[in-house]
Amino acid sequence: MNPMSKIVRTITKFTYGIIIIFGLYIIVHGHLTPGGGFQGGAVTASAFALLLISYGNLTTDKFLKKDLFSFLESCGLTLFITLAFLGLGLTFFYNFLANSGGWFGNISAVGINPGDLNTGGVVPLMNIAVGLEVLSGLGLIVLVMAAAMEFTKKKENL
Amino acid sequence: MKTKKIIFGIAFLLFFSFILVSALQMRLFGEPVFSEMDDYFIAHAQQEAGTNNVVTSIVFDYRGFDTLGEATVLFTAICAIIALFRGVTR
Amino acid sequence: MISNFPFIAVIIFISLGIYTLIFKKNLIKIAIGLCLIENGANLFLIALGYKKEAVAPIYTLAPAGQAMVLPTPQALTLTSIVIGLATTALVLSVAMMVYKHYGTLDTDEVRRLRG
Repeated sequence: MNPMSKIVRTITKFTYGIIIIFGLYIIVHGHLTPGGGFQGGAVTASAFALLLISYGNLTTDKFLKKDLFSFLESCGLTLFITLAFLGLGLTFFYNFLANSGGWFGNISAVGINPGDLNTGGVVPLMNIAVGLEVLSGLGLIVLVMAAAMEFTKKKENL
Repeated sequence: MKTKKIIFGIAFLLFFSFILVSALQMRLFGEPVFSEMDDYFIAHAQQEAGTNNVVTSIVFDYRGFDTLGEATVLFTAICAIIALFRGVTR
Repeated sequence: MISNFPFIAVIIFISLGIYTLIFKKNLIKIAIGLCLIENGANLFLIALGYKKEAVAPIYTLAPAGQAMVLPTPQALTLTSIVIGLATTALVLSVAMMVYKHYGTLDTDEVRRLRG
C-alpha cells in the first residue's frame, strides 16, 4: 500500500508516542479509574494501526517485527495462567496478595477516596498480563492482514 | 427466485412483529428486579479485593474464570488468522 | 411505551442485522450484518442493568450520596465485545481468501463455479 502525504507522516511522528503512553496509563491504573486490560490494549493497538496506514506496508515492516509481537502475546497469556495457579492454596484464582504486606498489598480505605496505586492485590498484575496479550494480538492481526493484501489481489486481464 | 424472496419476506415480518410485541411488554427501563448479588459486590469490593473499581474486581477477582475463557478465545482466533495466511511471504 | 426506548433500539438493531443476512449478496455486507447483530446484543446487556439517577460503580472521586448502577452486566459485556471482535476478524480473513480463489465476492457466483 502507498504511504500517505507529507503532512500526515509528520503529524504521525509527533502523536504515536503520546497514544502509546496513554494506552499504557489506562492499563496500569485499571483498578482505580475506568479502564483495565482490554480497554488499554485496544487503545495502544490503534497507535500501531496509525503507523501502518501513514507509512505504508513495506516501511512499517522494517521496525515492527511480527515475531516479537507473537512472542509478547504468548508471554502475556502464560503470565495470566501462572498468576491464576499461584493462589491454589485455597482455590483457583484466589487473590493471595490483597490486604497483605507484600507487593500490591496496602489496605484500601472504605468509601469515597482518591485512589492509592499500591492496593489491589493480584488485579493490577493480571491487568498488565491481559493488556500485553491484547496489545500484541491486535497489532499482529493488522500487520498480517496488510501483508496478505498483495497476495489476494485479482490478476488483471492481460 | 421470486417465490423464495416472498417466503423469506413473510418469515422476516413474522419474526420482527414477534420480538416487537415482546419488547413492548418488558419491565420498565431503570428498575432492576433481582439485585442482591450486585449489592453484595458494591458493598464488599473494597474490603476483600482492595480495588476502587468494582467492575474490574468482578472481571478479574470474583469471576476470573470467564476472563480465562475469553483470553483463550482471543488467542485461538489470532492463531487461526496467522495459519490462514501462512502461504504468503511472511 | 416511549419510556423503554433502549429496548426498541435493540430490536431495530437486531432486525436490521437479520435483514442484511437474508437479503444481501455481497460477502462484506453479510459481515456487516453479523457485526450489527452482535452490537445489538451488547446494548441489550448494558441496558438491563440501569438504575434511575445512579452513577458509575467506581469509588475514586465519586459524587457523594448517590446509588450505583449494577456492575455485573458491564463485566459480561466486556467479554462479549472481545469475542465479537475475534469473530469479525475471522470472517473478513475468510472473505479475503474467497476473493483470491474465485475472483468475485458474489455468493451466487461462488456457489456455482468449481475452483
